[in-house]
Amino acid sequence: MADNVWIIGAAMTKFGRHPDKDVLDLGSDVALEALADGGATIHDMNVMAVGCQFEPFTLGQKIQKQIGQTGIPVYNVTNACATGASAVRTVIMSIKAGEADMGLAIGVEQMGKPGFIPQMGRPRRDKFEPDGRFGEVMPIEGVLGTDFMAGVFAEAGMAYAAEHDGVGFDQFVKIAEKNHLHSSLNPLAQYRKVFSTEEIKASPMQAYPNTLLMCCPTGDGASALVIVSEKKLKTLDPDVRKRAVKISASVMTSDPWVEGGQVQPDVNTLTRNAADQAYEQSGVDPQDLDLVELHDCFATAELVHYDNLRLCEPGGAGAFIDSGGPMRDGKIPVNVSGGLISKGHPIGATGAANIYEVATHLRGEAGDRQIEGAKVGLTHVIGLGSACAVHILEKQAV
Amino acid sequence: MLADMGQQVPIVDYLVLDDGAPYLNANVCDECGALFLDRRNACGKCGKTAFGKKRLADTGTLKSFTIVHRAAPTVPVPYVSAVIHLDGGGSVHTNLVNVEPDPEHVQLNMPVRMTTYTAGVDVDGTEAVAFGFEPAEGKA
Repeated sequence: MADNVWIIGAAMTKFGRHPDKDVLDLGSDVALEALADGGATIHDMNVMAVGCQFEPFTLGQKIQKQIGQTGIPVYNVTNACATGASAVRTVIMSIKAGEADMGLAIGVEQMGKPGFIPQMGRPRRDKFEPDGRFGEVMPIEGVLGTDFMAGVFAEAGMAYAAEHDGVGFDQFVKIAEKNHLHSSLNPLAQYRKVFSTEEIKASPMQAYPNTLLMCCPTGDGASALVIVSEKKLKTLDPDVRKRAVKISASVMTSDPWVEGGQVQPDVNTLTRNAADQAYEQSGVDPQDLDLVELHDCFATAELVHYDNLRLCEPGGAGAFIDSGGPMRDGKIPVNVSGGLISKGHPIGATGAANIYEVATHLRGEAGDRQIEGAKVGLTHVIGLGSACAVHILEKQAV
Repeated sequence: MLADMGQQVPIVDYLVLDDGAPYLNANVCDECGALFLDRRNACGKCGKTAFGKKRLADTGTLKSFTIVHRAAPTVPVPYVSAVIHLDGGGSVHTNLVNVEPDPEHVQLNMPVRMTTYTAGVDVDGTEAVAFGFEPAEGKA
């Protein structure tokens, strides 16, 4: 079996708007911060991977030109909302393959404040002529349902509600209320305001049951991790070793064929598969988890992943939120950072930032939002289409 | 410009308009029976490349929905986007029509049936016919 891998350096920018910086500033500065955090320099790295969804074209090499051109291999990675986690996994795989013993993974995005509703599909034309893989003669968005994210993930949550009792608008509202509350303790979160049940219900409806306060914002931000082999870790300074966090599982899945998966993206099966593989790889039981950072791009998405990640009884996601299970003082705290809903979701950064978050708790360095005594945590992201990454991190002596 | 007035085309090629009632026609994998609505290179379930056609039922069950309130300026809101599992197999994503777009009137697991309507008219007067589903009251 390949050597274990560990995190020795972790950093994250505040998520939000950074109009005074460009994507290169965000990526370079967070990389330098992560290297310093791990007591390392760019000269110690044998591999580098950069995840950025919107500016992927040799961004990694551009960052190298800012922080150190050492000639090591660089991979520029995109995988929708799993882009950051895919960069992290690229470094992990290089180390496990024995090609590198120390690597730098960066997730970064600068989204600014784009129009909330992107143009979907092809533009309207004067004459009807079949086009595309469905032979459509005119734009089908809003005619044959919606492919807009708030709606797609609303349908994912409502499909769960169709199969299980005790799930409805009120449960989705509670999830948003929780994540906004959690974010009030996180100085790196894009928004830190606490909202009442009534305020969340009354905020503008986007795609029922998701109101505006149940949807993640766009934003800018970056996160970086310095990852090493266990063999290398044992040679490092004791001060570095004692803050190291073990990556006990690193799994990526795509969606297997399921009936109906072409008309409604299936965010469940690949998450279940990834979670089950991660629990097997690590030997960790879901009930052992001290905290979970999961992909709550919309409140409706968080709910289904309680079940997919085995945090609750099968079919029991509604009861889990009703009981306060995922609150920071509950059975398994979920998204104590504020989650995508309130911490923010700069796409390429997200899958690295949730690993930063869990690692920071395991190091006991999370300040006001610290989950006391946290020893083991799980991170999860989904890029629609779909790509799912699950990582399990543990605080252990080496 | 009015010469071709009255001609109708389906909004997508898996909606068949012929002399009888409109229906949805799926690609079905000869090997494993998986159903697809799009143009195929091979079967996403088993990987084989031979396909036939299967006429899908015009009745089914509402398995999920969202009520869209925010959309591009060209799309009228609110509307109901729905996931429908068809009787006898297959599923479709389309609008739920002829229903009040609110959670009191749109009920998960309710029976629905297909209907068609004109979704647009081009410069030649050709009509694009779309399909939606509507509540099927009284269906067993």
